[in-house]
Amino acid sequence: MIISRKKFLKLTGISMLAVTGERLTEPLAGAVQSASSESPRALTAGRWAMVIDLKKCAREENCTKCIDACHLSHNVPDIDNKAHEIKWIWKEEFKHAFPSAHNEFQAKHIESLPALLLCNHCDNPPCVRVCPTKATWKREEDGIVMMDWHRCIGCRYCMAACPYGSRSFNWIEPRQYIAEQNPDFPTRTKGVVEKCTFCESRLAKGKLPACVEACPQNAILFGDLDVAGSEIRQLLESEYAIRRKPELGTKPEIFYIV
Amino acid sequence: MFMFEKALTGSRKYWYWILCLLALVFLGFLAYLRQLEVGLGITGMSRDVTWGIYIAQFTFFVGVAASAVMVVLPYYLHNYKTFGKVTILGEFLAISAVSMCMLFIFVDMGQPGRVMNVMLHPTLNSPMFWDSVSLGGYFLLNAIIALITLSAERKGIAPPKWIRPVIIISIPWAISIHTVTAFLYSGLPGRSFWLTAILAPRFLASAFAAGPALLILLCLLIRKLTRYDVGQEALRKLAVIVTYGMILNVFFLLMEVFTAFYSGIPEHMEHFRYLFVGLEGHNALVPWMWTSAILAVVSLLLLVTPRIRNNEKWLPAICVIVFVSLWIDKGLGLIVGGFIPSPLGAITEYAPTLYEISITLGIWALGFLMVTVFYKIALSVREEGFSK
Repeated sequence: MIISRKKFLKLTGISMLAVTGERLTEPLAGAVQSASSESPRALTAGRWAMVIDLKKCAREENCTKCIDACHLSHNVPDIDNKAHEIKWIWKEEFKHAFPSAHNEFQAKHIESLPALLLCNHCDNPPCVRVCPTKATWKREEDGIVMMDWHRCIGCRYCMAACPYGSRSFNWIEPRQYIAEQNPDFPTRTKGVVEKCTFCESRLAKGKLPACVEACPQNAILFGDLDVAGSEIRQLLESEYAIRRKPELGTKPEIFYIV
Repeated sequence: MFMFEKALTGSRKYWYWILCLLALVFLGFLAYLRQLEVGLGITGMSRDVTWGIYIAQFTFFVGVAASAVMVVLPYYLHNYKTFGKVTILGEFLAISAVSMCMLFIFVDMGQPGRVMNVMLHPTLNSPMFWDSVSLGGYFLLNAIIALITLSAERKGIAPPKWIRPVIIISIPWAISIHTVTAFLYSGLPGRSFWLTAILAPRFLASAFAAGPALLILLCLLIRKLTRYDVGQEALRKLAVIVTYGMILNVFFLLMEVFTAFYSGIPEHMEHFRYLFVGLEGHNALVPWMWTSAILAVVSLLLLVTPRIRNNEKWLPAICVIVFVSLWIDKGLGLIVGGFIPSPLGAITEYAPTLYEISITLGIWALGFLMVTVFYKIALSVREEGFSK
C-alpha cells in the first residue's frame, strides 16, 4: 500500500490520539511534530496558514521587526530603488491592501491600520497555474507555494498572474545589496523571481517562521487549518477575519483581524 | 542549400540595405550582451510593470504572423487564384514574424540559458507552454510549406500531394497562435484590463488589419524595386481584408470601453483612464493612445471609401496609418496599460530605455533581413520560371 506523507502523518496522529486517549498538546497547536527523516523536530501541517492581527500590529508604530527578521534570514537584498526592490513581507496602506474594504468615511483607526503583506500561499494559486516550468508549485503535503530558483527562467508570468503583488524579480545582481549574509540560506542570482516561502526551511528544523518569532506583539499566529480545534481554527471561529480579494477565488491562507 | 545562393547575388542597393540591417542587428546584439551582463534592470521595466516593449512587440508580431492565413485560406482552400503571387510572400512574412516573436520572448527572459526548461518540464496548465508549442509549430509548418512549394515551382513540377493537408492544418494553426497568445493575458484574475473574453477576437481582428497592411506595403515596394507585380486585383482584395479587420478591431475596442464605463467598475475603467487621460498626473502614454485612436478613425474613413481605398496613390498611406495605429495600440498600450495601476493601486509608469530600444530595433532589423532574403529567393525562383 502506498500512502502519501500527508496521509501517513494524519494516520500516525490519529493512532497516537488513540493510544494516549487525549488531545495532543503541542507547543504549536495544530502542528503535528512528526518523525520526519530530515529532522526529528520538523513542524508539519496539512495546510499552513497565518492570522495577522492588524490591531496588535499597529500597537508598535513604525515597527519593522518582522520585516527585518525575514529579510535578514532569507538574504533579501536591500535595494534602494522602487523599480528593482525585492520584498518578501512589507507594510502597505490599508486601502491598497483591501481595496474593497475601503470607504472614505471609514473609522480612522481602521483606515490607518498598516497592513502587513506577504505571499498568500493561496489554496488555488494563479502563479502556480501559469508557471511554464513548474518552478513554482504548491507543496502537496502542507499547501506552501514553493519556488525553485534554479529552475525559474525569469519569464515573470507568475508576477503578472499574482493579484497581490507578492512576487519580486531580481532585475539586477542582488548579492551586492545584502549587508549581512546568512550562510544558512541561499542567495539568489539575477533574473529569477522570489517571494516568501512560509519559512519552509525553518519549519523543517522545527522553527516557526521568522516573522512570527520576531513580532513583539504576537500579532502573527501560524498554524494548521486542517486540524479542527487548532489554535488558528479557534481564533478564526471566534474573531471576524478578512482575506485579500476573496472574490478572485484564489483562497488566500493569510487572514487578517482588523 | 535551400536555394540560399539566390540571396547572395544582388545589386549594390540590395547589399547596402543588407549591410544597414546587419549593422542594426549587431547594435542590438551588443545591447543584448550588456543586458545579459547587468540583468533586465537596464530596461525600463519594474516590480510593478513587469512586462514592457519586448512582450508587447511579441504580441503584435504574433498577429502579423497569424495574418498570413488571410492569403493562405482563400488561395488554398477556395482556390482563389488572384492571391497566387502574394501567398508565398505572406508565408515568408509569417516565418519572419514568428522568428521575431520567439526572439522577443527570448530577450525578455531573466535566465535565457534555462529557456529549454519549458520543454524539459512541460506544464500543460501554463498558456506559455502552449504558446511556445503553437509558435514553434507554426514556424515549422510555414517553413515546410514555403520550402516545398517553392522548390517544386523551381523544378517546374507540381508540389507533392502530402503538402496539401499540411497547408490545411496551417490555417486553424494560425488562428490558434493568436488565440493562445491572448489566453496568456485574458486568464489572469488580478489584471482587469485583460480579463475579457473579447481579447482573443480583438487580437485576431487587429492582426487581420495590421498584417495585410504590412503585406500590401511590401508588395508595393517589391513592385517598385523589381518586375514582380502581385496584381492590382490582389492588392485591392487585401485592402478589403484590412478594411474588415480594422472595422472589427475598432468595434471590439468600443465594446470594451462600453462595458468598462457603463458598468462603472473602477478596476475596469482605471486602465483605460490611465491610457487615455492619465491617472493622478501620470500620463506618459496619453499622446500615444490618442494618436492611435485618431489614426484608427482616419484610416477607417479612408478605407470604407472605395474610391480612395482602390486608389494606389492613397493605398500606401492608408496602410501606414493602419499599421502605426495598431502598433501603438497593441505593441505598446495593451501590455503596458494592463500593469498600470498595479494590483496594489500603485501608478508606476514605464518607458523603454535606450538599451531596450536598441535590442528591439535589432530584432526588427533581423526580421526585415529575413523578409528581404526570403523574398529575394522567392522572386529569383519565380523570375527564372518566367524566363523559361
